[in-house]
Amino acid sequence: MPHGGSWETVIGLETHVQLRTASKMFCSCSAAFGAPPNTNVCPLCLGLPGALPAPNEQALKLAVRAALALSCTVHPRSLFARKNYFYPDLPKGYQISQFEQPLSTNGALSYLSPDRGVVTATIVRLHIEEDAGKSLHDRFPRQTAIDLNRCGVPLVEIVTGPDFRSPHEARAYLQTLKQVLEYAGVSDCDMEKGSLRVDANLSIRRAGQSALGTKTEVKNINSFAYVEKALTVERDRQMAVLEAGGTITQQTMLYDSKTNAVRPQRSKEESHDYRYFPDPDLPPLVLSEEFIAEQQTLLPELPAKKRERFAAQYALNMTDAAVITAERAVADYYEAVVHAGADSKTAANWVMTEVLADAKDHGEALRVPPGALANLIGLVRGGTLSHQAAKRVFAEVAERGGEPRNVAEALGVVQVGDTGVVAGWVSEVLAANPTEVTRYKGGEVKLLQFFVGQVMKVSRGKADPKLVQKVLEEKLAA
Amino acid sequence: MSDPSEALASAKAAADRISKAKRLNACLTPIKDLRKSLVAQAQAAHPSGVLYGMPVAVKDNICTLEFTTTCGSKILGGYHSPYEATACAKLKAAGALIAGKTNCDEFGMGSSTEHSAYGRSLHPFDKTRVPGGSSGGSAALVAAGAVPAALGSETGGSVRQPASLCGVVGIKPTYGRVSRYGLVAFGSSLDQIGVLGRSVHDAARVLSVISGRDPRDSTCEDRDSLRLPTVPESLQGFVIGIPKEYFPADLDPAVRRACDRAIRLLKELGAAVREVSLPHTTYAIATYYIVAPAEASSNLARYDGARYGPRFNGSEDVRALYRSTRGEGFGAEVRRRVMLGTYVLSSGYYDAYYRKAQQMRALIAQDFRNVFDRGVDLLFTPTTPTPAFKAGEKLDDPVSMYLSDIFTVTANLAGLPAISIPIGRVKGLPLGGQIVGQAFLEDEMLEAAYALERVVPALEEA
Repeated sequence: MPHGGSWETVIGLETHVQLRTASKMFCSCSAAFGAPPNTNVCPLCLGLPGALPAPNEQALKLAVRAALALSCTVHPRSLFARKNYFYPDLPKGYQISQFEQPLSTNGALSYLSPDRGVVTATIVRLHIEEDAGKSLHDRFPRQTAIDLNRCGVPLVEIVTGPDFRSPHEARAYLQTLKQVLEYAGVSDCDMEKGSLRVDANLSIRRAGQSALGTKTEVKNINSFAYVEKALTVERDRQMAVLEAGGTITQQTMLYDSKTNAVRPQRSKEESHDYRYFPDPDLPPLVLSEEFIAEQQTLLPELPAKKRERFAAQYALNMTDAAVITAERAVADYYEAVVHAGADSKTAANWVMTEVLADAKDHGEALRVPPGALANLIGLVRGGTLSHQAAKRVFAEVAERGGEPRNVAEALGVVQVGDTGVVAGWVSEVLAANPTEVTRYKGGEVKLLQFFVGQVMKVSRGKADPKLVQKVLEEKLAA
Repeated sequence: MSDPSEALASAKAAADRISKAKRLNACLTPIKDLRKSLVAQAQAAHPSGVLYGMPVAVKDNICTLEFTTTCGSKILGGYHSPYEATACAKLKAAGALIAGKTNCDEFGMGSSTEHSAYGRSLHPFDKTRVPGGSSGGSAALVAAGAVPAALGSETGGSVRQPASLCGVVGIKPTYGRVSRYGLVAFGSSLDQIGVLGRSVHDAARVLSVISGRDPRDSTCEDRDSLRLPTVPESLQGFVIGIPKEYFPADLDPAVRRACDRAIRLLKELGAAVREVSLPHTTYAIATYYIVAPAEASSNLARYDGARYGPRFNGSEDVRALYRSTRGEGFGAEVRRRVMLGTYVLSSGYYDAYYRKAQQMRALIAQDFRNVFDRGVDLLFTPTTPTPAFKAGEKLDDPVSMYLSDIFTVTANLAGLPAISIPIGRVKGLPLGGQIVGQAFLEDEMLEAAYALERVVPALEEA
């Protein structure tokens, strides 16, 4: 990449997000993922003659919430439009979308750029549309199978301005977008199930130039990691073309993750003119002020705000606050632990270590109830359990449930704070290690930790370490 | 009628009459299938329904469970809908019998029923002439006395024009009065199911049954079904406007005479009659032939041979499949309109054609509102510029065919209710007069139609 520094990359993203509804956008068929092919279909999904669409109210609510979560202006009147093109997995011959007068425009999303710190991307528009079916080219030799289950599943398309200056910045935005939409409860944003899909527009220009270069559209990107890879490949391709004195052709590039390469889409696969016009089957979508206001009240606190509040309210540093608020379920869990009486910093440490590790291994389930974790933290603080013992109790409660104190007793890990018992273990250890005792008394005081360790071992972790140290010091001084 | 044996007798008699009218090629359902189905329907019909035992034929672009739904097109040859139109479900719930499917211009595109893939229908009084269209089969069957009423559909006059030409009553309700669910779409913003009947009352009571809200059609108004008015003693208090644009200088003198006679009768009934103006009428046909084909080009995209209907080529290339299926499956008139519609929506032409047509449509609707706002209750006009024309006469001249809807398209563009009733004969051929009402005030329109129907000499030369 010669003179790489002299080029500036400009990226805009179009993200399709599936709304989390039980039924489809314009009929009552199930929108569930993974049903046997062509089972969640009705006359409308199949494009049968005479069938008509009727909007799903829940999808409208979620779309409005998504728009509000991205600080968009939600328009009280918007229009559904038909996007016309021929394709076998598009049974009506058009997709119901929005074109002129979309649901919402002019939003913003702040995210942490790896290059520039916190920056704000503009959301040009967020509109509602229905999904198409799926063409399966690999099921039958030399034939294409069509699965229409996905036909009519509700989506929002979120279009940004040309605001990103690098592939990893685009990825950072997408991660934030996913987090916000998950928080808002509008989508599960699962790229594997296709509930979040990304197309990107990319162009490059000489640094300092204000006019945009000719852009290409990059499609077929199936994960966040591939977003970065695909855009890097395309950026490098454009740079090479321009460095060699060539020009960029405006076209669609398909990314192949197996070869990590892009290729131009065959012109045959492209549709040149969608002949958008207002869908005469659907009256203008008119939303009352009350409806929009109600969706606003139903939005939870969003990640950025929660992060700041946690840092201030629970005396956490921003990094820890970010980790804890990355997912809404974890943030809610953390707050519940604190509300159950745990010290906020100790609770944060537990959540960031044991809780997240356990969740990661168990399908993101938060298996120890917040009240139980608060009690466990209390047992450590009160000297009943050592930190090590508490981790064992945590694992046991996660696996089999139960009250931490009872579990600790059953495991036999409750700390022994009885001076007599501890003195017995200490005597045993000193008697077994006469050489070390002599060395200690000769001035090697750092051997104290060795004795502590031995006592803990003899007590099988049950001895209160502070008491052990005290008794040891007394006995060795004698 | 609430006796099951009477319903059965009615079913059999209807089958006999439809069989007798076979030469008209008005009914597409094979008579054997029809007879069998009618008997079964009569046995299953709800005896408490207001239309118990009444046979109602249904235009072939309205989905039925009993018979195929081909829209008069080869591209839907043999197509059985797995669901039925809301209008048909409501008819059956009221005890009516679906009395076969009627011939029509392909997908409703035409004014003569000559554009049917299943052959033209004949005018019941003169086999050399057309019954009008696109609901020509429905009109011909009613005119022949085979059924008391039939469902038709309108996009630009396809119920009223054949009603006028065949000498029967035809009603196009307000847009949104009747659910379009199961009506195969042509121009969705204009399409409405309408009714053809022997009399205003036969048509009106069928309309009343099929009207009313339907959550499956977002453009259907959330209203109760239409309440039928009683036959008024007089039309005292009604103000009836006569739009001068519908009586051009070159109007057929016989048509003018028939209208003048009807207007005189309206006055005698006590109505106040005054001349009014709908200045944008002259743009109606041009506007219609942009809006309707634009919507049609999109509505008919689904007929591609990929999922249902015949395929006209075994090619493995999907583009070739589309080309051959649509090229061979659609008739010339449908292809013409799909191309026209595709053109006016295409990028670079949208603003010049489609957007401008929508603006003109709004002005045409405003014309009507202006007149109604000035105290006019109803409008009276001829339904058609001529009585039934000869078969083949307009086939090579699409624009002349389009002009036979010149007095009817405005009600579709403005979404208003309108009715055509027979008002006289011209050289032995029937002719209709049109009453246009205000949106969702079908009851007033029907009152005037009831009153005029009683006094007009519909069978006499004008």
